[in-house]
Amino acid sequence: MTAPKTLYDKIWDAHVAHESEDGTCLLYIDRHLVHEVTSPQAFEGLRMTGRSVRAPEKTIAVPDHNVPTTTDRASGVIENEESRIQVEALDKNAKEFGVHYYPVSDVRQGIVHIVGPEQGWTLPGMTVVCGDSHTATHGAFGALAHGIGTSEVEHVLATQTLIQKKSKNMKVEITGKLRPGVTAKDITLSVIGETGTGGGTGYVIEYCGEAIRDLSMEGRMTVCNMAIEGGARAGLIAPDEKTFEYCKGRPHAPKGAAWEQAVEYWKTLFTDEGAHFDKVVTIKGEDIAPVVTWGTSPEDVLPITATVPAPEDFKGGKVEAAKRALDYMGLSAGQKLTDIEIDTVFIGSCTNGRIEDLRAAAEILKGKKVKDGMRAMVVPGSGLVRAQAEEEGLADIFKEAGFEWRMAGCSMCLAMNPDQLSEGERCASTSNRNFEGRQGYKGRTHLVSPAMAAAAAITGRLTDVREMM
Amino acid sequence: MEKFEKFSGVAAPMPLVNIDTDMIIPKNFLKTIKRSGLGVHAFAEMRYNQDGSEVADFVLNQPAYRDAQILVAGDNFGCGSSREHAPWALADFGIKVVVSTSFADIFFNNCFKNGMLPIVLPQEQVDLLMKDAEKGSNARMDVDLESQTITTSEGEVISFEVDAFKKHCLLNGLDDIGLTLENASSIDAYEAKMSAQRPWV
Repeated sequence: MTAPKTLYDKIWDAHVAHESEDGTCLLYIDRHLVHEVTSPQAFEGLRMTGRSVRAPEKTIAVPDHNVPTTTDRASGVIENEESRIQVEALDKNAKEFGVHYYPVSDVRQGIVHIVGPEQGWTLPGMTVVCGDSHTATHGAFGALAHGIGTSEVEHVLATQTLIQKKSKNMKVEITGKLRPGVTAKDITLSVIGETGTGGGTGYVIEYCGEAIRDLSMEGRMTVCNMAIEGGARAGLIAPDEKTFEYCKGRPHAPKGAAWEQAVEYWKTLFTDEGAHFDKVVTIKGEDIAPVVTWGTSPEDVLPITATVPAPEDFKGGKVEAAKRALDYMGLSAGQKLTDIEIDTVFIGSCTNGRIEDLRAAAEILKGKKVKDGMRAMVVPGSGLVRAQAEEEGLADIFKEAGFEWRMAGCSMCLAMNPDQLSEGERCASTSNRNFEGRQGYKGRTHLVSPAMAAAAAITGRLTDVREMM
Repeated sequence: MEKFEKFSGVAAPMPLVNIDTDMIIPKNFLKTIKRSGLGVHAFAEMRYNQDGSEVADFVLNQPAYRDAQILVAGDNFGCGSSREHAPWALADFGIKVVVSTSFADIFFNNCFKNGMLPIVLPQEQVDLLMKDAEKGSNARMDVDLESQTITTSEGEVISFEVDAFKKHCLLNGLDDIGLTLENASSIDAYEAKMSAQRPWV
């Protein structure tokens, strides 16, 4: 009998195309997702060396980071010249190299990590890469998925492989049930709060446990999406019936006999009893509260019922970092988190821009209004999410509450398009990073779940969503 | 890629932990379709005021460190985004080596693709180098990849680990893609096997 394997071991072993004596491997890549910001130099590199894209049928391109999200975008060109040039470069490269492409005008366009699963490109057991750190999202399907730099984008385009060494295995188990008002976002932020942003460095995380199993595919994508914020190369969740159900019938999922054959294989994708993990973190589901971030690192996580910490609550280099964060965020130690007033609410991103996220926010907003003077926007993760939300009546709820109802894109998650915070503006955001300047120069970000974002929009301050349920 | 050769250079101390990619190169500079010219924007929001003037006390604006080639940094350097613009900006500024107790995975790999050497050392040794770096431009360190050593301005020699394959590529300035394509037959064979075993992929 062979030694028991983790899910990561199995997917890794199934993709080694070549192994050198020192353990350096060529890992075969099944799906390569491409967007406009990290690919132009890679395509240019191919051109300069006379190389072609080895597997254009496995390469999927979509513009998302730079695109405007205002509803008039269909009628005009992108005003910002640099953004326009980048999107035009992707148009040109996609055509010239013959890869699958969803242009801005296509209803299927959206954030690359939402489009991939939606179109059935992402399937269990695959290797998926993209020049974007949030590629970890696709791990929700039991796919080994991670971000790469532009040089590696060029490498995958040219060879359909990556030069890799295997990471270590880490298990994150969330046991039992979640309490009401607690969501996938609270799970993933709480894990980072526990491990720190460097806690996963060198590891691939497998998330497991009852609370993970209970999540929908959307929720699982939210959890895996932020594996990178904990420093992990990738996050994984073993596929199950929910996964198969999600994939079935999607445009690029297998059909007929191929489907049966695929499911049979996918059912072998789980961690064997007794397989070795190098690190294990266990959190009780019932101990997780709705959380917010107070600082400028995703590890700066606290339950909404807590108060702002003091620098001396920390050790080592984190003392200085906390001091700097409090100054940047304009907060003082001891302040109740629920007393923090906000100016803006952003609902969207590859973390929380899926249909279930919009449903959760709309549930809280139904029949309520955004507080006077606040800016609130919803940016669906894809054109199809947007269409579905309109069909379900969610768009009306948002609009009646006073939210702007936008077109799909990355938008204010990283503010490369015109959706930005101004200096000192404070935002409750469903995105993934609260770094300095992330959402705009000197902008202040508090990361929250969609339900918590909706609650904050109503009260104008960080709010415990459980009080509204 | 240029070969990584041993050099002697000034090291700038950046003790802050979790220096993220958004600090190293803010998003407004990601709109370029080139790799070059980003050095002037490295650490832009820490380095410049909004009117474009320099923030006087930012380390790389101080006379002693303007030509730094080494950064000695706090834990978890380069966390966040996969943007290769981060190492492009550092390299274009003139940085060849970053020393820290740990690096984010994607940033770490991106460095090697751009002729840069990220060095992981235990806290004690990073502290020692940080102290040395704080001495300013008189404190030049020697970095020798071949022998895997850093020598402080006071002659103390510190050894570091580096992956053998990555070292080989850096020392010889090798192009990864060219190397991989030498194994094209393995990739062909893998694809043939998989199209039989997992045709839906």
